[in-house]
Amino acid sequence: MPLSSTMIPIATQTLTVNAGTITFSSIPQNYTDLVLVSVFGASVGMDIHVRFNGDNNNNYSTNRLFGNGSAAYVSRADDSGIQPRTSVNQAATVTTILKENIMNYTNTTIYKPVIGRYDYSGQVETHAGLWRSTAAITSVSMVSLGQAFVTGSTFTIYGIKAA
Amino acid sequence: MANIIPISTVTVGSGGLATIQFIGIPQTYTDLEIKLSGRASNPYIDITFNGNTSNRSSRYLYSTGSSVGSGTQAGFLGIESSTSNTSNTFGSMSIYIPNYGSTNNKSFSADSVQETNSTSAEMHLVSGLWSNTSPISSIEIYPEGSGTFSQYTTATLYGIRKY
Repeated sequence: MPLSSTMIPIATQTLTVNAGTITFSSIPQNYTDLVLVSVFGASVGMDIHVRFNGDNNNNYSTNRLFGNGSAAYVSRADDSGIQPRTSVNQAATVTTILKENIMNYTNTTIYKPVIGRYDYSGQVETHAGLWRSTAAITSVSMVSLGQAFVTGSTFTIYGIKAA
Repeated sequence: MANIIPISTVTVGSGGLATIQFIGIPQTYTDLEIKLSGRASNPYIDITFNGNTSNRSSRYLYSTGSSVGSGTQAGFLGIESSTSNTSNTFGSMSIYIPNYGSTNNKSFSADSVQETNSTSAEMHLVSGLWSNTSPISSIEIYPEGSGTFSQYTTATLYGIRKY
């Protein structure tokens, strides 16, 4: 865990109306990593894509490991965003947790790696993703291609400083 | 401003301890995080909020080093080392509880790993839900089956600010 002085909240959003897209733009470039913590509700069929710099082309891959309470599964997606497993039996109440760790987001040499968790009452899931771009990340969006995020959902992005 | 603030630490003494309790949790943060280094007579660990054992559900994903699986169990939190494991080995656990002061139902994500200094050990990922709209003012963590935590088990509760 980062020391208390190294994890800094950059911005937070709390929805007052349902929304299909949440964007954090103009992300400061003075951290080493980012952490996105979101707690939201949505109906069954939510299909979340986490996108960087507005890139909605198929430049992302995601490997997932998940359990539904009966068995463990793995799957992979090559799509237009970091794509945690599409929801099944998800609650409309604000209890779903999506946490993404985005490493070396300002590095202009590497493709950007992501490690995350996507948990709700019907699923426990972890995933590793990659954005195949060397561009520094200046914006992060969460896009639901299915049901919208409901009112009361919260989204916070933190910057992590190195020693 | 620092945004991960240690609220309280419990270190188990020589007599062991049946339940680690954090009581009187301040309502001035947005999220909570707990780091636990533990060893217990029963390695399987459960959680309650506000002392309430009702309306809890957990889905877990586990690996033993040779197999994987998923299951459900009310209040399940994860695994620590057992007193039957190699002496001086302690498991590790991280628990994230967002929006603990909200009037929504309360969800949490937990990661844990058993340390055995042996050829097999378990790790668990847990997605948990307490279907209760009361703000969380206390947390109780305890080994199943009337087990007890061993001496030197340590748990720290942190408050996380978004601003």
